Amino acid sequence: MNLLRLTAVEALRKMEQGALSAVDLTDAYLSQIADHDGDVSAYLKVTGESARSEAAAIDSSRGDRAPLAGLPTAIKDVLCTEGVTTTCGSKILENFEPIYTATCVRKMMDAGIVTLGKTNMDEFAMGSSTENSAYGPTRNPWDLGRVPGGSSGGSAAAVAAGEAIWALGSDTGGSIRQPAAFCGVVGLKPTYGSVSRYGLIAFASSFDQVGPITKNVMDAALMMQFLVGKDPLDSTSVVYPTDIPLPVERDLSGIRIGIVKELVGEGIDPGVMTVFNEAVEKLKAAGAVIGEASLPHSEYALPAYYILAPAEASANLARFDGVRYGLRAGETSDISEMYEKTRSLGFGEEVKRRIMLGTYALSSGYYDAYYGQAQKVRTLIVQDFERALAEFDLLISPTTPTTAFGLGEKTDDPLTMYKSDICTIPVNLAGLPAISIPAGLSKGLPVGFQIIGKAFTAPHLLQAAYSAELAFGFDKVSPLIERRDHDGI
Amino acid sequence: MEYEAVIGLEIHVELSTESKMFCGCRVEFGGEPNTRTCPVCLAHPGALPVINGEAIRSIARIGLALDCSIPEKSIFHRKNYFYPDLPKGYQISQFDQPFAVDGHLDVTLEDETYRVGIERVHQEEDTAKNIHAGESGRISGSTYSMIDFNRSGTPLVEIVTRPEIHSPQVARAFLNKLKNTLLYLNVSDCNMEEGSLRCDANVSIRPAGETGLGVKTELKNMNSFKYIEKGLEQEIARQVELLEAGDRIVQQTVHYDVASGDISALRSKEEAHDYRYFPEPDLVPIIASAEFVEEIRSGIPELPHARAQRYISTFGLSDYNAEVITSSRDLADYFEETVAHHDDAKAVSNWIMGELLGYLNATGQDLSECKVTPEELAALLGMIRSGKVSQNIGKEVFIEMCDTGSKAVDIVATKGLTQISDESELETLADSVIEANPAQVEQYRAGKQQVLGFFVGQIMKETKGRANPAVVNQILKKKLA
Repeated sequence: MNLLRLTAVEALRKMEQGALSAVDLTDAYLSQIADHDGDVSAYLKVTGESARSEAAAIDSSRGDRAPLAGLPTAIKDVLCTEGVTTTCGSKILENFEPIYTATCVRKMMDAGIVTLGKTNMDEFAMGSSTENSAYGPTRNPWDLGRVPGGSSGGSAAAVAAGEAIWALGSDTGGSIRQPAAFCGVVGLKPTYGSVSRYGLIAFASSFDQVGPITKNVMDAALMMQFLVGKDPLDSTSVVYPTDIPLPVERDLSGIRIGIVKELVGEGIDPGVMTVFNEAVEKLKAAGAVIGEASLPHSEYALPAYYILAPAEASANLARFDGVRYGLRAGETSDISEMYEKTRSLGFGEEVKRRIMLGTYALSSGYYDAYYGQAQKVRTLIVQDFERALAEFDLLISPTTPTTAFGLGEKTDDPLTMYKSDICTIPVNLAGLPAISIPAGLSKGLPVGFQIIGKAFTAPHLLQAAYSAELAFGFDKVSPLIERRDHDGI
Repeated sequence: MEYEAVIGLEIHVELSTESKMFCGCRVEFGGEPNTRTCPVCLAHPGALPVINGEAIRSIARIGLALDCSIPEKSIFHRKNYFYPDLPKGYQISQFDQPFAVDGHLDVTLEDETYRVGIERVHQEEDTAKNIHAGESGRISGSTYSMIDFNRSGTPLVEIVTRPEIHSPQVARAFLNKLKNTLLYLNVSDCNMEEGSLRCDANVSIRPAGETGLGVKTELKNMNSFKYIEKGLEQEIARQVELLEAGDRIVQQTVHYDVASGDISALRSKEEAHDYRYFPEPDLVPIIASAEFVEEIRSGIPELPHARAQRYISTFGLSDYNAEVITSSRDLADYFEETVAHHDDAKAVSNWIMGELLGYLNATGQDLSECKVTPEELAALLGMIRSGKVSQNIGKEVFIEMCDTGSKAVDIVATKGLTQISDESELETLADSVIEANPAQVEQYRAGKQQVLGFFVGQIMKETKGRANPAVVNQILKKKLA
């Protein structure tokens, strides 16, 4: 049996029944990492030894099993883990060991996960291809010549390559959904405020949300049960208003679904549109009532996002100054020079670009024209969604305008790179929940299908996504998992 | 030409809350460096601020005591600049939606009342403390610097007055009254040496009668009210001199050297920072509901002015005594505690005004250092009232109590200072004094009544002041008749 094909829910059941040990499951993933991560580079750090001893402890414990006991998990390197190097993909945090663990990671650990390691990402989560990592790019398990998307490219690639049963990612403008789409896995960005940000290294505080990257919708629902909740250490987190049950087999009868017309037109690759349109037909067949929805201000979403997020980032990244931790440039004669050299050496090009963008947008004399105006756009987009979601239960669009592009293809042109998030960014501006599930392949590459829900309605969104997943019937895995079918483990 | 000064004050007050503004670390002065820190106040990656509710209650008390209005919603902003004592690279502060606005504080100086407008009261956090290694302790000439983050994130309230103060004396009186009010509110220890109360003053001048504002300069971080007054006097004089000489005043920060009394320029405001304020996305707005404001208002203690009025009406104190005693919460508390043990409030106030403040002034002590408790002072006053010791002896006993901390009853006993009221003993003494001074007896009997004082003095001398003057008078009058 190919253990790497087991979903988290299936693996849990087998372990509970005594048909599978946590050590065997962990070893299967660690050996996949050993065999393939040299090519994929999903991980920045693999904590194999502690993973094995965590798994062994679970197998030898006699009491009640923890609810997620033994699930081999990858953690995006944007999340602080006490005593385990956390770089955020940046040279400025090379060898940095946090003194505390992020709340969401702590909750997962308390529930029994086995931590496999920390995954690669665009530096400070700024990017859409994981090529902005200071430690080299991650490659797409479906085609090693292509990017896995970003910024949670390492987490998505790890799940797609069978190097983790599931993973934690973070999404500021699409950083969970876009790489999930490129890698043919499921990625959910929860409603802003659902998951504690304490210990998530901030990129843009009013957008950032942690969420699951999983093999299927069922696993995403399972992980969400443990992620959500009020954290006294994060003022923007809330008590989740409902339970999040696992979805059940059901069709989409009576569910009103709106296709966002602004996100299916110009600029979307025809191969992606073909898969998307076929998927819509399958939803219809499953009973969904499909109509056309409009977000009239969505064309302003990208420019507004690229003012607001860098503005917040310019302040969030000020703490990386060489004074207390991380990189400090040597050979400097005064404090200004120390700041300048440290930050010049420590930050990569894209991070510097966004710090400058944000600093400029907040500058005296420009604030109203840029930051102020962008906030107004944000309000208009929130209202667009409110209107559309009054008419429809859910909104849909392709997750990305194209499938995974080639390594190096867009690195010279930031604007083209920014456009790969055009379908995901409006959702972050409105703080809404959205999920990407694979709908099919275009030229052998996965196509992501985005479903957007109302705020704090994860149960509805996950149930609909599960029904859609059943309707799509997508059952492909990356070649790296597939080849294990014949290993006879 | 006649000039009028225009002064505005910015006061920073460190709140004495249990914990810091945005984390659970304890608030305390000094201590082993970097022992009261956590990921939040060290600005470690991923750490987030959480608003301290106690600090919000404190700033609400301050705002209401200064007659401010409390907007229903106020928000925090980030104030961005790089400095090693600012770990996040921004200070969480307030900008265009502060916690309290539009208040005032009335100040009385030489029977004249001045109303000083309060523009705003806002909440922010204190920085860490840079320590520069080297002899001078200043940044220039130091070989390296260290940072103590114990202070980082201490709740700080900034109070900004309108530019409505027109003399250094009123500025000082305002600061005294403000400090006293803050002490009454029990929100800060207002210790200037430890930096829990800091003041910057903006000052400009204009020809008397005009209403426009001149170019202002800023006096920063003055560490006593006295020096603020003196510094302002110097700076106003300097500005007048400049204008008289036809020169221009430059907007800049100036430093008042306490030792030399000189004013020197620190930096020109022309290189002013652009702080790039924007709303703090990690925090939710503060909502001050009408119920919250009312709850805080009802918990505000009696403030100095109201307390003085009560002393006048219920204890019959003079306006002057009432004002002096209520000018410090500690002193007023001392007064009330003494009165609780000795009901002659006028006598208590006279003793506090005369003997207690006299002693503190002479020795430079603070009331908190005084060795005489209110109970002990009351006991002494009780002994005087009952005639056990005389008023004058009582004063000597009080000084000894202050010096040594001994109880009045013990001092009187060991030194044998009990007043002599025994008639037979005093009669014997009177007889011998009369016999020894026949000439004075003649004078008295010839009608020179004031000679009686001479005989009283002689008896006091014999008894080292212990004779009961009333009894002595009575006996002498009888014997000389």
